[in-house]
Amino acid sequence: MPSVTYVSHDGKSTTLDVPLGTSVMQAAVLNGLDGIVAECGGSCMCATCHVYVREDQLSKLPEMELGEDAMLDGTASPRRPNSRLSCQLVMTPPMDGLVVEMPETQT
Amino acid sequence: MAVASVVVVGAGHGGFQLAASLRQHGFDGRVVLISDEPELPYQRPPLSKDYLAGKIGLDMLLMRPAAFFAEHRIEVVSGVAATQIDRAAKAVVLSDGKRLAYDHLVLATGARNRVPPLPGIELDGVCYLRNLAETEALKQRLAAARSAVVIGAGFIGLEFAAIARSKGAPVHIVELVDRVMARVVCPDTSAHFAAAHRKTGVEFSFGARIERLGGAGGKVSHVVLQDGRNLPADLVVISIGVVPNEALAAAAGLPVENGVAVDEMLLTADPDISAIGDCASFPSRHSLKNPVRLEAVQNAADHARCVAERLMGKPQPYAALPWFWSEQGDQRLQIAGLTTGFQQVVLRGDYAAGQYSAFCYAGDRLLGIESINKPADHAFARRLLAAGRSVTPEQAADESFDLRAAAMARG
Repeated sequence: MPSVTYVSHDGKSTTLDVPLGTSVMQAAVLNGLDGIVAECGGSCMCATCHVYVREDQLSKLPEMELGEDAMLDGTASPRRPNSRLSCQLVMTPPMDGLVVEMPETQT
Repeated sequence: MAVASVVVVGAGHGGFQLAASLRQHGFDGRVVLISDEPELPYQRPPLSKDYLAGKIGLDMLLMRPAAFFAEHRIEVVSGVAATQIDRAAKAVVLSDGKRLAYDHLVLATGARNRVPPLPGIELDGVCYLRNLAETEALKQRLAAARSAVVIGAGFIGLEFAAIARSKGAPVHIVELVDRVMARVVCPDTSAHFAAAHRKTGVEFSFGARIERLGGAGGKVSHVVLQDGRNLPADLVVISIGVVPNEALAAAAGLPVENGVAVDEMLLTADPDISAIGDCASFPSRHSLKNPVRLEAVQNAADHARCVAERLMGKPQPYAALPWFWSEQGDQRLQIAGLTTGFQQVVLRGDYAAGQYSAFCYAGDRLLGIESINKPADHAFARRLLAAGRSVTPEQAADESFDLRAAAMARG
């Protein structure tokens, strides 16, 4: 099964199995990981599942849709070029081994 | 005075977040969540959206898996109601007869469906959409429904209507006032959403009063309006709002006024009892009129974070900006701020194409912004209003005005 490594703001790393078709957000929440809030439950409405993706892996991700791009302007921690909303990162085979860093705060 | 034990009545978004935030901040004492529902804490917004539509299952609804609660030493007491608060002894009495002592008690009791006193309301086929059990029942009914009548054109009624239409069921919405979501959006937005629903085949009766629900053999079969019309319905959804669960507090002698009355710290009249979320009536710096009581995930979760920080010795008055959302078919509504009491609405964007924002003002005070299929505006609106900044009606109306720059400005 593909895996994703989540790095907390203080540097702690957790690697989780993430089934294909499951979002990077869902896997984090289902495993009780702090650092991803996902207040709206994955509807791209709240911008509280913000992650920073390792730069060299950005091309492996699904294209960013307009709604995600827009909501990223409302994140609590600064938006960077490698910012994504993890509810929109639904696992595909090329994403195996993804590393995402969680921001200092989501709210 | 150290708090060693926190008891939370209610395990919805507020109750769950309170427990989770306490542990996140390193609280080491006892945390107990009392829930009168049998399930582990679950998310409510998807009930009227992806869950009812059958797109996600129960596993995706749960706030956290069972292991999370054990790992974080959060005791979940399920299927049990709190029946009394013994303030003198600082204990909660439960429906199974047990008593739970607390150092601090948090009321996160939420709200319950408003049930209209209509003849026939007890008929089989009359459904609600607030908790998981109700949603399960409704889902079953919807699969077999030949015609549905929705009573009340608020968020829940409209979200249900969109899903029912997507499954092919005829839907007729009966609304007492003259427009949809009248309590929360401006008339332009009501008109937009009514048109969008009509396009998918939803029928509306506005300004319509219901006489009774009719049935045969104990099952609902039609809805009788006061104007004499008979609407066929083997499924009736009651979505006329909710009332706060305040009886527990009131019986304990705590002040209630459309909810449990709390101050800006979210404390009740008893310094050992807080109230959060849908059940709490609180003063908001974002509201024209106070106190307010809000029914929203953001409100419940941010209330919880505020109380958790106070219990951890970092008291701050509650100040978070309220925001709301609704998904109705392919239409997305996002609201930042509290628009109640607006006198002027300025539209920005392409209203005809259904991509716009409505800036709601009282005098020159910007109360809130409704964004329809315009998430970028919503993101900016949240930043702008949370920072206590504003834009003038002239700026809002001017497409060349840089809303992003106004929202992103520092200081």
